Amino acid sequence: MTDLTPVLSATWDAEQSWKLGTYENAGGYGALKKALGLAPADIVQAVKDSGLRGRGGAGFPTGMKWGFLPPDDGKPRYLVVNADESEPGTCKDIPTMLSAPHVLVEGVAITSYAIGCNHAFIYVRGEVVHVYRRLLQAVREAYEAGHLGKDIHGSGYDLDVTVHAGAGAYICGEETALLDSLEGRRGQPRLKPPFPAVEGLYARPTVVNNVESISSVPAIIDKGVEWFTSMGTERSKGMGLFSLSGHIERPGQYEAPLGITLRELIDMAGGMRGGKQLKFWTPGGSSTPLFTDEHLDTPLDYESVGAAGSMLGTRALQIFDETTCVVRAVSRWTEFYKHESCGKCTPCREGTFWLDQILERLEHGHGTEADIQQLLDTCDSILGRSFCALGDGATSSITSSVTLFREEYEQHVTEGRCPFDRAESALFDYETSEATEEAHA
Amino acid sequence: MTYDADALAQLESDAAEIIARYPVKRSALLPLLHLVQSVDGYVSPDGIAFCARQVELTSAEVSAVATFYTQYKRRPNGEYQVGVCTNTLCAIMGGDEIWRQVSEHCGVGHDETTADGKITLERLECNAACDYAPVMMVNWEFFDNMTPDRALRVVDDILEGRDVKPTRGPAKVASFKEVSRVLAGFEDGRADEDQGIGEPTVVGLTIAREQGWEASK
Amino acid sequence: MTSTADKATAEVVETVTLTIDGTEVTVPKGTLIIRAAEQVGINIPRFCDHPLLKPAGACRQCLVDVAAPDREGNVRPFPKPQASCTMTAMDGMIVNTQNTSDEAKKAQEGVMELLLINHPLDCPVCDKGGECPLQNQAMSHGHAESRFIDVKRVFEKPLALSSEILLDRERCVLCQRCTRFSKEIAGDAFIDLQNRGAMQQIGTFDEDVLDFDGYEPIGVAAEDESGKAFSSYYSGNTVQICPVGALTSAAYRFRSRPFDLVSSPGISEHDSSGAAIRTDHRRGKVLRRLSDNDPVVNEEWITDKDRFAFAWQNLSDRLERPLVRGEDGELHEASWPDAIARAAAGLRAAAGRTGTPADRKAKGVGVLPGGRVTLEDAYAYQKFARVALGTNDVDARTRGASDEEQAFLGSSVAGTGLGVTFGDLEKAPTVLLVGFEPEDEGGVVFLRLRKSVGRQSVLTVAPFLSRGAEKLSASLIQTAPGGEAGALAAVKAGTDTADALSEDGAVVILGERLATVPGALAEALRLAKRTGARLAWIPRRAGERGAAEAGALPGLLPGGRDAASEAARDAVAQAWSVGSLPEAAGRDAAGIIAAAAAGELSGLVVGGVTPSDLTADLRAALTATDFVVSLEVRRTEVSEHADVVLPVAPTFEKPGTFVNWEGRLRGFATAIRTEAISDHRALDFLGRELGVDLKVGTVADVNEQLAVLGAAPKGQRMKAPTVKAAKPAPATGDQLILASWHMLVDEGALQDGEPYLAGTGRTAVARLSAHTAERIGVKDGVVTITGAAKGAIELPVVVTEMADGVVWVPAKSPGSWVAQELGVEPGTLVTVKGGI
Repeated sequence: MTDLTPVLSATWDAEQSWKLGTYENAGGYGALKKALGLAPADIVQAVKDSGLRGRGGAGFPTGMKWGFLPPDDGKPRYLVVNADESEPGTCKDIPTMLSAPHVLVEGVAITSYAIGCNHAFIYVRGEVVHVYRRLLQAVREAYEAGHLGKDIHGSGYDLDVTVHAGAGAYICGEETALLDSLEGRRGQPRLKPPFPAVEGLYARPTVVNNVESISSVPAIIDKGVEWFTSMGTERSKGMGLFSLSGHIERPGQYEAPLGITLRELIDMAGGMRGGKQLKFWTPGGSSTPLFTDEHLDTPLDYESVGAAGSMLGTRALQIFDETTCVVRAVSRWTEFYKHESCGKCTPCREGTFWLDQILERLEHGHGTEADIQQLLDTCDSILGRSFCALGDGATSSITSSVTLFREEYEQHVTEGRCPFDRAESALFDYETSEATEEAHA
Repeated sequence: MTYDADALAQLESDAAEIIARYPVKRSALLPLLHLVQSVDGYVSPDGIAFCARQVELTSAEVSAVATFYTQYKRRPNGEYQVGVCTNTLCAIMGGDEIWRQVSEHCGVGHDETTADGKITLERLECNAACDYAPVMMVNWEFFDNMTPDRALRVVDDILEGRDVKPTRGPAKVASFKEVSRVLAGFEDGRADEDQGIGEPTVVGLTIAREQGWEASK
Repeated sequence: MTSTADKATAEVVETVTLTIDGTEVTVPKGTLIIRAAEQVGINIPRFCDHPLLKPAGACRQCLVDVAAPDREGNVRPFPKPQASCTMTAMDGMIVNTQNTSDEAKKAQEGVMELLLINHPLDCPVCDKGGECPLQNQAMSHGHAESRFIDVKRVFEKPLALSSEILLDRERCVLCQRCTRFSKEIAGDAFIDLQNRGAMQQIGTFDEDVLDFDGYEPIGVAAEDESGKAFSSYYSGNTVQICPVGALTSAAYRFRSRPFDLVSSPGISEHDSSGAAIRTDHRRGKVLRRLSDNDPVVNEEWITDKDRFAFAWQNLSDRLERPLVRGEDGELHEASWPDAIARAAAGLRAAAGRTGTPADRKAKGVGVLPGGRVTLEDAYAYQKFARVALGTNDVDARTRGASDEEQAFLGSSVAGTGLGVTFGDLEKAPTVLLVGFEPEDEGGVVFLRLRKSVGRQSVLTVAPFLSRGAEKLSASLIQTAPGGEAGALAAVKAGTDTADALSEDGAVVILGERLATVPGALAEALRLAKRTGARLAWIPRRAGERGAAEAGALPGLLPGGRDAASEAARDAVAQAWSVGSLPEAAGRDAAGIIAAAAAGELSGLVVGGVTPSDLTADLRAALTATDFVVSLEVRRTEVSEHADVVLPVAPTFEKPGTFVNWEGRLRGFATAIRTEAISDHRALDFLGRELGVDLKVGTVADVNEQLAVLGAAPKGQRMKAPTVKAAKPAPATGDQLILASWHMLVDEGALQDGEPYLAGTGRTAVARLSAHTAERIGVKDGVVTITGAAKGAIELPVVVTEMADGVVWVPAKSPGSWVAQELGVEPGTLVTVKGGI
């Protein structure tokens, strides 16, 4: 049985948890003061040694990413925090910034110091105005307390932080699209190479990291590398926020060492709602292939989930029980990808447009057997051919659901309708009527 | 509608402040579009022209950006942007039904505004509150754990001119223009307002405390 | 006259060797895989890729299988196909295209299928059909049938992005070649991607199209001054590079199928760049012009004027037959022999060569070839003048000109061969523009300069920073017209500008307008001497440099020889097998016109000259002169005063050569065979009738003579001008200094008959500095300008950051014909009052 490990979430239940005072009372900004006494290279090494991997989904070793920066040439370099949390199912960064924005701000300060950045940006999605308020205030409080600004704590190090609001585009969570958006352009991904570490924001060396990754840095500095590596698995070190949502009794944020299993988490979460059966779930958000009850004991770390055919992603565990129509779920996700496709490349732009229409027909019972095959063929034309991972992500739920639940798709075809009652899967009671069916069409 | 002298002076002063936050002027474009939205209630052609002058781009380049992001509205927006998440998880948890009832009740559909200018409805994509599904956002404040009844009550409050309180967030929901100004980067002094912590956010922490689990050495 | 090839750079280039479809190919490091493949004849399908644009990798059509050596040298395949247009070739790379890899083939077919799901079946009505990369590549790299049975996204069509450029959004494959060209090459981001995802489209900011709720946006104060249109001077290039039929031109829409067209290479007649074009014609009618591929001069780009303005060559006023004025005072059609006989008789008398007592009354003939003539035509005109008419009164410069300019051309331009080249402009560390507007007066010169923005310092001596200059990030040396000479003199040794110009490769571009600024060209020569910068004279018209080379100026003989030099005259006379050449100094164009108007000339021979282009009163000259012969393509005002009108061929009905500003010979062959003949051929007939064998009947004849004559030897050249800079007239009261130049798209005669192009011209405005505008008292936003002539110009005012005391108006835009209405050259004082 794995213990939960509240680190980032440790202060979330405190009175006015988001205030500087609350954070400092719990020891906050001690790590910053400690870091300012270390050599930047040592901080980078510590993060490398900790084995911290990007918590934004890709899981790239954070310290290694910092190490890709070229030697200082006297001109600016930047840290950009990706706070654009928009992957369906992912809901860990928003509560972090709402309840404890200072853990991010402190992380930004330490990271910026480590990589030689004097102007950091936090790019937060625009659809969460109170989070934005809290971040703006936290940054201001930090300036006022001397944690940011000129000659921080007499170290001679200067740092400015700009909190930047996005305006509604999931694709801006892709690091190069985020950089373009931050530069005031359409959020369309860039060619790689050059990589952001070499040519990022304003064509300068840039580190782009997720909120949770940066927020983990103060604890690593404060409590040490050994402490961090004592949690997690061999190659997936440390703790992470596991976001459980859907058909469980107690959805929410569970901060645990990497490697915990879904069975354990569901258990802590009070089990499936109403004692129903788990049907399918996403380990890392809608862009990751689906898992079923066969994977209840798969350790939730990068390697194990990868070996089992999916991706750990952002640990966005969306849990669906037996009342859920898979075709409906996949159809909505596909609509999402089509809506959010930036349009730059043919496979994603045209492919999601097509997949969406096929799935809509299938869901409403107007599909054919050929449509199911067409779904797979079209996914083939997108996977690995699109400009960025959004296209790839769009195919995950489709191909995995057809593999796992082909009969359900076929049932929609043969029965000419969706065999599920939507009201059953809702969290409240309502009568499904003709009107509702039409409205859903 | 062209900005009068006072409005223009205020815009220019605000714009200067925004632009000063960035090493390169063009980066100010997204917040500037939020700014003009906070004045006009949407991104108007005048707003586009203003932004174009400020960041020295053509109007085609500015509209390229304005039309890419869903938060920039092209027609005068309602005082309250009411969004119901209909992405998979929320939809399945009941978001579809909530949307249907809210839409029927308001008499408008997606991206449409009620005749009295109070509400613009939107079918939202995932707003990162999945543990609070089904979710509704009003002017980008959280309305968690919605049911059709609760949603309709919020909608009725708005239509009848009463303040509405989010489930997580400030004391009451400010207007669309007011929150747009916040998104342009201007604090409105309400960061300390709070509706209390939601259970899902601290469920793990609570359990850890109950079990005496800690992560520190 | 010589024409040397550009010097090849002898650099050691690092190469890599890779294998594509089993064939080894060695390419310079940094070459993209798709380019490397082309070199061994392997064509990978593509849409967004273009050799002159930065890689995008957007369409994904060019996917290939790649295996590359890793750090240990083991060749490992990439897990997924790669876009060959964004990946650079590496040593030891193994690439398998659709020819040898099933995965690559399947990937490409998949992309093609996806491209076609939303693409409308417009082929039957689409201009691009028959020359369409999407059609071709769909046939060769796609499936015959689509599996898409759902609903395509639709758009209202077509959208007019400007009066010339139309957009069918449904056809667009979003390759972004058009937006990338506009932004990267032309610097005109008037179109951009709009919306997102499947509804993404190309567009200007058009609030109706994009569904914005609002009001009329930008007014006359916008930089592009034509509202919200795609008003770029280079917009036509997007039609050419669009790989589908999304972008089409209004002038050509629905008019032809490419397989009905015959394509002939040609040279644009619109400016002095000599851009290579391709003329497409069908059954004797030109239907469209495209850019040809000439990496040395214009690469693959031309201006919209080059592309669209060709209707002038065949309007309803086209002359087919000679005309002769009858007893009734009217012009009647005549046969060639008849017309030639009449013309010769009249000219013989006017030139005093009848051999009768009447000769004593003859006052001589003046010859005005006009600036649009080919090299051969110009040569013929000047030889005709000197040999057949016995006069040096010949000048092709029907524009502001001066003796100083003539001395400049004679000493430093004519007969100097290839000088500063386009490539030199691109590589120059510093470029100083003097009296030269890079975009409006430069056309493709602008595009070449723009390639080096950021790597090159551009300075401009001008009254204000025009949009073109701004796009080059130019620094302004603010100068009122007339002050250019002083500005150059002020670039003394030790100044930053002088230092910049002393760098290896620095260039000074001199515009034609400097001719009317006393001392400007002389100062330019001095500046070149003290800094080592090279000079490039870039005139407006296609025939200007050729005219200088051919000696179609009063004081110049072919090859840059000084007509006042006895040795030069003797040399040329000998080459021409004539006894001697006329000694009396010739008049320049203004002088010829003034003399004729005053009744001091008995005859005029006029080529392609438009009276409204001249400040000198050509109409009065024509009226006052006894005998006028006109050689023209169209029946014009000049024809109405002529005694004999000889029809001559427009550029695509004849062979010839333009000499571009580089000094490069730009030859072209006849595109459409008709009975029309060149000016030089007509003059050859005329000469024979006058008893002289000029031997200018064919292009070959003329070029043979030019080759024999060659460049002037040292002792026979004109001396460089030494005029000192003069102080410009001060502006007081309501007298302002006139500044003016031609907009690229305006009401020039060669742009007649093309309303779609005309619609893209910039709105005519008067520019004043804020201070000056206040002083003058602009009323209702308008000012009225009057000059020496009887007309007036009323234009809306745009307050511009510029020199005080100056008013700028466009030279020949709608409502603003400076030469005709004001009758003065830029630099002169004009009267400006507020209101109408």
